[in-house]
Amino acid sequence: MKILVPTKRVPDTDQRIRVAADGLSIDTSMLPFVVNPFDAIALEEAVRISEESSQPVEVVAVGVGGDEYEEQLRTALAMGAERALLVETDRPVDPWNVARLLVKVVERESPNLIIMGKQAVDDDANQAGQFLAALLDWPQATFASKVELVEGGLRVDRETDAGIETVRVSLPAVVTTDLRLNEPRYASLPSIMRAKKKTIERLSCEELGLTIEPRIEIVAMEGTSSDRQCERVDSVDELIDRLRNVAEVI
Amino acid sequence: MRILLIAEHNGTHLRTASRCALGFANQLAVQTDGSVTCLLLGSGLDEVAADAARFADVLVADDEALRSPVADRYARVIADVAGAGAFDLVTAAATTFAKDIVARAGGLLGGAMASDVIAHEWRDDRLLLQRPMYAGAVNATVVLHGPVQIVTVRPSAYEEAAVKNRPGSIEKIEVDAAALPNHIQFEGLASKETGRPDVTEARVVVSGGRAIKNSEDFERLIGTLADRLGAATGSSRALVDAGITPNEFQVGQTGKIVAPELYMALGISGAVQHLAGMKNSQVIVAINSDPDAPIFEVADYGLVGDVYELIPELIEKLDGD
Ligand SMILES: Cc1cc2nc3c(=O)[nH]c(=O)nc-3n(C[C@H](O)[C@H](O)[C@H](O)COP(=O)(O)OP(=O)(O)OC[C@H]3O[C@@H](n4cnc5c(N)ncnc54)[C@H](O)[C@@H]3O)c2cc1C
Ligand SMILES: Nc1ncnc2c1ncn2[C@@H]1O[C@H](COP(=O)(O)O)[C@@H](O)[C@H]1O
Repeated sequence: MKILVPTKRVPDTDQRIRVAADGLSIDTSMLPFVVNPFDAIALEEAVRISEESSQPVEVVAVGVGGDEYEEQLRTALAMGAERALLVETDRPVDPWNVARLLVKVVERESPNLIIMGKQAVDDDANQAGQFLAALLDWPQATFASKVELVEGGLRVDRETDAGIETVRVSLPAVVTTDLRLNEPRYASLPSIMRAKKKTIERLSCEELGLTIEPRIEIVAMEGTSSDRQCERVDSVDELIDRLRNVAEVI
Repeated sequence: MRILLIAEHNGTHLRTASRCALGFANQLAVQTDGSVTCLLLGSGLDEVAADAARFADVLVADDEALRSPVADRYARVIADVAGAGAFDLVTAAATTFAKDIVARAGGLLGGAMASDVIAHEWRDDRLLLQRPMYAGAVNATVVLHGPVQIVTVRPSAYEEAAVKNRPGSIEKIEVDAAALPNHIQFEGLASKETGRPDVTEARVVVSGGRAIKNSEDFERLIGTLADRLGAATGSSRALVDAGITPNEFQVGQTGKIVAPELYMALGISGAVQHLAGMKNSQVIVAINSDPDAPIFEVADYGLVGDVYELIPELIEKLDGD
């Protein structure tokens, strides 16, 4: 069995994000970057499946981006991915183009399963997995909080607005992860050292026979800030008074 | 623009979130001299079709094969209806239903999609869409390029559509069940009935954070206060992860986005990921033992102290009136 794990590089989620001088992008000069948290969960799930399976399971991490992606792909290797693959693009790509490029990777690699994040926490799009499943005509189980291998495929618990939904999907399939699926491991020092020695395979868009077709054009970007003035109240009585007589919400 | 709205329903009525998305669609139709058609999918849809027709013309894909909302089938039907130049824009409320299904349809329709749109403008024949990124730290204005534009809108950002003077038409569309994909089997839905309003629809939301130590305390403090105010209950991710609250309570970047008249954040620190889900509430109250907690930066009223003392006092004083 082979599991593909698309892995995105995103700013560390604890950092304050500021708009760059161009007014079209964010200022990345001071930002540390990490593996998208949902993709770390996807990697963890794939590695657990490989550890628990009696059959050999190969986990392949795939990034779509520039040279800087090496950092996150090495993290993926250190977490237990067997191989890492970088589809080289020099500019940021939207979910549609990520999905189209991943289709080409799937054609070369023939995985049985793709596990990826439900959402990249930079664009917050929540699209690439669904696009990929649509383009491949594979079943999808999005927002997974539990994944079990069962006869004929997977049984997946999905987090929905209404509660936990359970579906069964046949393989090959696309699964996207939600926060409660697992707790990603920290890579151990020896595995980090081993990951450093591995080669990251590279593929260009030309090799994959695709040109990027941008779908989302950012025409402006602005920072958001709260202009609320917090009135500090000293007691429950005062709070009730404000809510009742000033804000008139209770 | 010819706009297709994918409506969610409970079998009898359109969901509030979809009526808000319809509010967006109606505005855009007026601005572009266009039209709005509502697509309903499911099985046994006569009653909900009549409800939907109060708001727009309705297309109904009614088939046993669509009984449960499985993504591959629903997306195929949506793409068949919207494709081939029939519609310029497909829209829906940004719920987990749409994130799953409408996004997949978007993949079949060329991938020009903007998620969770909070404002729009029609200018120089272009549709400018505003959407939050980076957990709401920035708002981007985007233009989509593609054969069909796919737009999910944040329900709290748009007013619910009003009933039209004259009801719309209802038209059934053929569903070729045998040709639909069959690779996803729906097994069930486990929801915790709380007997309280839904967190995205309530006028008041009372939310608890890590300060609350267990489920009993959550119910006794957050639950009781919510009932006293006729409110919904919500929570930060911390409590969902700890198993104290169910996942559908999570408010935030990766949970539910709410904008009630009153939001009470009780023992919640105010991480950006939480703020992303509630900072547009009309009035925000924060109670926290840490006077420097970031939640106070977005609050209108702040009270420093222990929720284990202050919430019972609040309940008692509200009961006392
Ligand atoms: C990818 C990603 C996605 C995320 N998505 C979300 C999301 O959608 N929603 C979300 O909420 N979080 C989300 N988070 C998590 C978020 O970063 C925070 O960890 C989380 O919101 C913290 O929850 P909390 O405020 O309840 O807990 P804490 O940060 O631990 O805060 C607890 C607060 O309670 C106060 N307190 C403690 N005891 C008392 C007491 N007795 N009385 C009064 N006050 C007290 C403390 O001063 C503190 O401010 C996400 C994180 C990541 C990385
Ligand atoms: N540039 C990228 N490289 C690798 N994977 C990506 C990339 N962009 C998106 N993905 C994958 O798609 C998921 C959803 O992303 P998005 O649709 O942008 O929210 C992410 O969690 C990743 O698994």
